Amino acid sequence: MRARLLVLPFRQRLAHSSFILSQWRSRGRNYDAELQRCRPEAALVEFGDYHPLKPIMVTDTKTRRGTRKGSTSSSSSSSSSAPADPLSSMLDGTDPLSMFAAASASEAPAMSHSVSAGDLGRKKREKEEEVVGPDFEPWSSKRGEILARFTTTEKLSINLCMGSDKGKAPSPGSAVSEKVRTRLEELDDLEEGSQRELLNLSQQDYANRIEELNQSLKEAWASDQKVRALKIVIQCSKLLSDTSVIQFYPSKFVLITDILDTFGRLVYDRIWTMCSDPRPLPDSFTVDDVNDTAKETCLNWFFKIASIRELLPRLYVEAAILKCNRFLNKSGIQETLPRLTAMIRGIGDPLVAAYTRAYLCRVGMEVAPHLKDSLNRNFFDLLGTFRQISGDSVQNQLVLQRVEVPEYLTLYSPAINWILQCIAYRAPELLLTEMMDRCKKLGNNALLLNSVMRAFRPEFVAARATDFIGMIKDCDEAGFPKHLLFGSLGRSLACADPPESERLTILNEAWKVVTKVRNPQDYVNCAEIWVEFTCRHFTKREVNTVLADIIKHMTPDRAFEDAYPQLQSVIRKILTYFHDFSLLFSMERFLPFLDMFQKDSVRVEVCRSIMEVFIKHQVEPTRDPVILNAMLHICKTMHDSVNALTLDDEKRSLALLIIGFIRMVSFGRDFEQQLSFCVEARATFCNLEPVLVQLIHTVNQLAMETSTVMRGSHSRKTAAFVRACAAYSFITIPSLSSIFSRLSLYLLSGQVALANQCLSQADAFLKATVSILPEVPRSISVEGKLRSSESFLLDFINNFLATLLVVPDHPEHGVLYLVRGLLNMVQDYTWEDNSDAKVRVYVSALPLLAAMSQETYLYSIPKVDSNETLYGGDPKFLSEINKLCETLIGQILDHLKALGRDEQSTRRQCALAFSLFGVLLAHGDLRNNKLSQLAVNLWNLSHKHGYCETRISVRTLEYIKHQAHLPDMTHLTDTVQRLALQSRT
Amino acid sequence: MSVTLDIRLKRANKVYHEGETVAGVILLVCREALQHHGITLSMEGLVNLQLSSKSVGVFEAFYNSVKPIQLISSNIEVAKAGKVPAGKTEIPFEFPLNTKGNKVLYETYHGVFVNIQYTLRCDMKRSLLAKDLSRNCEFIVHSQPQKAKVVPTPVNFTITPDTLQNIRERTALPKFLIRGHLDATNCVISQPLTGEVVVENSDVPIKSIELQLVRVETCGCAEGYARDATEIQNIQIAEGDVCHSLAIPIYMVFPRLFTCPTLETTNFKVEFEVNIVIVLHDDHLITENFPLKLCRV
Repeated sequence: MRARLLVLPFRQRLAHSSFILSQWRSRGRNYDAELQRCRPEAALVEFGDYHPLKPIMVTDTKTRRGTRKGSTSSSSSSSSSAPADPLSSMLDGTDPLSMFAAASASEAPAMSHSVSAGDLGRKKREKEEEVVGPDFEPWSSKRGEILARFTTTEKLSINLCMGSDKGKAPSPGSAVSEKVRTRLEELDDLEEGSQRELLNLSQQDYANRIEELNQSLKEAWASDQKVRALKIVIQCSKLLSDTSVIQFYPSKFVLITDILDTFGRLVYDRIWTMCSDPRPLPDSFTVDDVNDTAKETCLNWFFKIASIRELLPRLYVEAAILKCNRFLNKSGIQETLPRLTAMIRGIGDPLVAAYTRAYLCRVGMEVAPHLKDSLNRNFFDLLGTFRQISGDSVQNQLVLQRVEVPEYLTLYSPAINWILQCIAYRAPELLLTEMMDRCKKLGNNALLLNSVMRAFRPEFVAARATDFIGMIKDCDEAGFPKHLLFGSLGRSLACADPPESERLTILNEAWKVVTKVRNPQDYVNCAEIWVEFTCRHFTKREVNTVLADIIKHMTPDRAFEDAYPQLQSVIRKILTYFHDFSLLFSMERFLPFLDMFQKDSVRVEVCRSIMEVFIKHQVEPTRDPVILNAMLHICKTMHDSVNALTLDDEKRSLALLIIGFIRMVSFGRDFEQQLSFCVEARATFCNLEPVLVQLIHTVNQLAMETSTVMRGSHSRKTAAFVRACAAYSFITIPSLSSIFSRLSLYLLSGQVALANQCLSQADAFLKATVSILPEVPRSISVEGKLRSSESFLLDFINNFLATLLVVPDHPEHGVLYLVRGLLNMVQDYTWEDNSDAKVRVYVSALPLLAAMSQETYLYSIPKVDSNETLYGGDPKFLSEINKLCETLIGQILDHLKALGRDEQSTRRQCALAFSLFGVLLAHGDLRNNKLSQLAVNLWNLSHKHGYCETRISVRTLEYIKHQAHLPDMTHLTDTVQRLALQSRT
Repeated sequence: MSVTLDIRLKRANKVYHEGETVAGVILLVCREALQHHGITLSMEGLVNLQLSSKSVGVFEAFYNSVKPIQLISSNIEVAKAGKVPAGKTEIPFEFPLNTKGNKVLYETYHGVFVNIQYTLRCDMKRSLLAKDLSRNCEFIVHSQPQKAKVVPTPVNFTITPDTLQNIRERTALPKFLIRGHLDATNCVISQPLTGEVVVENSDVPIKSIELQLVRVETCGCAEGYARDATEIQNIQIAEGDVCHSLAIPIYMVFPRLFTCPTLETTNFKVEFEVNIVIVLHDDHLITENFPLKLCRV
């Protein structure tokens, strides 16, 4: 850098008080003695005493439950040992987490309490919850899956005889007769059979139309057109008897039953509100609470529905409003469910019937989950009608629609699964066994078997896994695809463990079938499921075999391109079970497996998931070359995905993952190896700045570790090594774009170099710091907002100044070469207009200079001679410092004077004057008359406009008086007397 | 000036029995005070008989003689001429439902040729300039429960090509065997008609099985009578090729108003029948008829 001497004009006059500038003398300091004086007497904090820094302890006292049955609800009180802690006091002594824990713990015993009459409703609700708990997978979660799975590209049609879209609601307030007339018109429409057939609808159009119908149902209801609403519902349910485009039937069922659910809810809510006068019905109302009008309305609905001509709409609509039976009599639901169940027998098409049963079970589970009998009846009826599938009617239909039997059979799965799920939910083992036997009797029907495995408890299936495999083998090959059966079995085995002795046989048997599946998509769907079972119970060897098999199946014709989600899931499953990365990467087929992810986004996604697991589970730093190579490869993949279009957030998260890896790499005592790893990493990850920053930190840490190992004194070899480290940092830092990271890293690396006695390197770092200071922009963006960089810069400079105290002067340059350089830079920097920042730097440079003129410095670095030793208190050195101080003070005073000219800046003037006063007081030798006079003047100047805070002034005065009592400081008594407190004006 | 006149009955379902009191309020809503010339309320029960157009030619003489039969009639004056204050006015009323002499109150029934209807009619007479207001309100009468106990008499049936009547070519018929039973043919009107039907076998797939509820109305007097059977409703109990030898329930709710206990008087008769209709896929229609006797308990 250019060496330039600070040449400052010597202006020595202040506006109001004429005096010749002080000759600066630094006050002599005895740091040890001061430290001794300042040290407060250590006071022990007793346990239980309040102290803000004491950790908050949350004690969760909870009576142990389970020992006594029916114990009262456990009281949970958590109290903080620090009563005044703001965080815990807000929560009234109970932290939210233990509160939840306590709540869930007390829920169970609450039910066994004796319940007062008022609690009856609550108790009943709890009882209902007992029947259907949160572990029952609700219909809503199946919906999406069915819609996504059963799709078609064929054209659909909706056949409605609805009457034209009249839409016009009767104008409000119109006479009743008019309303009657519109109703009659509507009825006419229906009778005229104004059929409307919408042909050639795509699947999406179809869904949209159904949704429109749903909306018009709601509109009709809202505008009091109940007849129209009912008609819409009837027409919709009629659509369910149409089995053309049979592949779409399950999805159609989902869409249309949504409308039915809406209708059921609307009717129920309407009758409910009719009874809510004067006060709303309790949840557990009985028939007696319902008034006559409501009952009559309800009865009307049932009569109307009972007269619907066609069977299917009658069944569906009655099922939809099943819940309304509660308004009429106690046993209504109980009687209706079996009747509807029996009526379904009248539906000839087995698929339509199966779905009607599923709907009935769904409504039944929702309304009266305790009525299990009709669920079972439904299932037995279903079994009874199974032979219809092979009957002529169905077969003719399939031929007509060109649908294969296996595909047709899968259409049943959602309905049968649902029915079985309802039955199997919390069912006793005995019932499940009975169900299974019945299924067996039906000649090992694959469709049923599949549903049984899907719906029954995984534990149940797992315990009989071998039986199931036997049954699957016996199944008719032509019907239901076997890989689906094995898929279902695998799904159960992934959550529950079969007996240990059978595991290997199961895997062998299953894989024998899986590996024979030809279609890659079918194969991967099934294989993905079985990977979990393999990972769960077997070792690396088996998993490796499975991976090899998958690679073999998926590589031909680039089949993997269509199976990324499944392949990703394979990786996820492996990562869940294998946390030992050396084991993982020693699997021969793991990396080749990764190579199948050839689409960039997926590849990065996979790498990312691996990295996340690595960071979470790799606890010990590692130097295993297998891990390092593989991880480096993975990280490089992530790094290489970064391009100009990558979002900042994305970059940040990738960088974080890579940093996580770098932190886990440790070669122990082999520092050179570590450094060369860092060199390699720098080359690999050059596009991600946070990674480079981390690398520099790592290298700095390495240097410090070396120093620790050598106990501070380097041998020739280690000295060379730490210099290499410094060199690494020195050439890496310039490649960073963020100016503040560059600055702070230069400073840090300089400090590290200094600590390792690399004087010239330290000098270079610090010089570099000074030389890039002018590049600091006036505003930087912090979290997306532009902010002034001034405060950051001031902070940094102060930090830098503190370091400069221990940096010895370069023998070839002049005295205080770096300090002068810095001050030159500060002077030339384009500060913001109207800012005191420059002068603030001057003010804070004064304490540094004062500290430099002490005989012994406040701090020093072992084995590095600072200026104190180099100059040994040479008067020439001291006078150089004093001159510099005088120049600075002159500059400050000039600035103060300039501020005085402007009315608006008096406040700034006052603050600045006061801070300079503080510096003089602390660091200047006030025995010198001129200095003391200057101090007094500054005091007066800062108080002239009354902006000073009186409290601070008073405390300052007190401090000076206190200081004046000390030996060597008696001269302050004089000064104090000349400092007047200004009363507030 | 808008006025609304309404009759509100106390019972939400509007159902009354002989000997009970029909009670309710006349509701008047007007914005300003209303001048009127008296409000009257009348109750009337009528049997309307009508002849089908088919019969008109045959029984022309008889046609003229069909007059409504009055079952009950009474009149009261609710308010003398005067003023009704602005706002909502409720005037309560009560009618005892008692017949004179040996007349019987038949149950309300809406049919095609026979109608039994009970109405309340409220009239408000007003000055010449304003129209008179009137309001009708039907209420429903259920006949007295039958004294004798109803003993259900199950009826079994079997339908095969051989059991059929009026067919042209017996040989063209496909083979089928349909069995079943009705739990009772003397039914309680408030309870559904129940039973079972089983398709044991059928060469041609079944398209639909339906229950057709039919009313048989007879109007007559000394000169002769007219008997007409018309459909009330048709309820499908099976659709498509149903599973063979699986019992399908027969279940039908008797619709209100359109059915009443079987009625036999000197002037008219109302009877009911049910047809079990089986439609085969080749559009053969097989019907089995069961006369019903409805009663109220």
